[in-house]
Amino acid sequence: MADRKYMIVIGAGKVGWNLARELIEKGNEVTLIENNRDSYLTVEQELEHGVQYGDASELWVLERAGISRADMVIAVTGDDEDNMLICQVAKEKYLVDRIIARVNNPRNRPHFELLGVRPYVSATDLILRVIEHEVPDYGLVHLLDLPEERLEIIEMLLTDDSRVHGQRVGDLNMPAGSLLISVLREGEGGFVPGPDTVLEAGDEVLAVLDPSVEEDLKAFFGPDGNGS
Amino acid sequence: MFVVIVGCGRVGSTVARSMLREGHDVSCLDEDPEVHARLEVGLETSWEDAGGQFTVGTALETDALDAAGVEKADAFVASTNGDNTNIIIAQIAKRRYNVPTVVARILDPLRAEWYEKQGVKTICPTNFAIRMLEEELMGTAGDG
Repeated sequence: MADRKYMIVIGAGKVGWNLARELIEKGNEVTLIENNRDSYLTVEQELEHGVQYGDASELWVLERAGISRADMVIAVTGDDEDNMLICQVAKEKYLVDRIIARVNNPRNRPHFELLGVRPYVSATDLILRVIEHEVPDYGLVHLLDLPEERLEIIEMLLTDDSRVHGQRVGDLNMPAGSLLISVLREGEGGFVPGPDTVLEAGDEVLAVLDPSVEEDLKAFFGPDGNGS
Repeated sequence: MFVVIVGCGRVGSTVARSMLREGHDVSCLDEDPEVHARLEVGLETSWEDAGGQFTVGTALETDALDAAGVEKADAFVASTNGDNTNIIIAQIAKRRYNVPTVVARILDPLRAEWYEKQGVKTICPTNFAIRMLEEELMGTAGDG
């Protein structure tokens, strides 16, 4: 297979084990590393030589797993320090192209940023995002964040007191650095608005923007904005 | 000098007392409140009366580091029982708080060697033990 990659997954808990299984199913070569003997033995019954026993923050354990030829290292242990260290070493010492780290405690996110361990995934944040999405009066919902590219896509519900409802899209004076890309309307589904589209209360608007204008955009679509 | 010591086991607490005795300001951070008693071993007074500061908290929590006064620290010692914790918090002290002197205790010689090269000042007790054992053994071998 042309896109067969070598991936090292650290931590054979529920996340790591299932991840390894899925990645193998997709045709990748995967090594899972686990430092708890019992967990290792359980997983080994299924993955056999695909799992190695050892503490992946010991450099020789990573080297034994062939880190120098890995296309990707994914650290999903239950310990943020371990995930940060393993990814930092993978990236800076072994020059692995792609790393992914799991954040267990969302308050540790700034540390991942500080050490350049990106991208990272936090289950808590993902669930919070779903909650935001499910509870529309939460205001602005992030659909996609690309911090490196300084771009994000957000969704916002236009409430009855939004200053922009009733306005033509062509007349909107959107904050610089933002662009209205789609409107979701009950009964009509989603569509790309034209200049003559008139926004209605109850519409959900999707916009692409520079993260720095997020507050401006929130105010623009929201009840306290200057939507004119 | 104002020294913040994170992780007050045998090493951290002893260094904390010595620094205090030398007349420095010392602030200790440990997640275990019982560690306070260890700080007072051999002291006539309480740790606080002797001039020390003690904060209970997890080393990675910014709130705990702030409470311990890291932003004013002249020196920072990472001596918890976790190598990875020490490596990470030493980098946080250096990069986020700009502490001028940062030292991390790292038991694993391989990790210590690499991070030393990356500019993290490390102390590796394991290397001392290895060297001393080797010297003892080689010395014996030489005699026989």
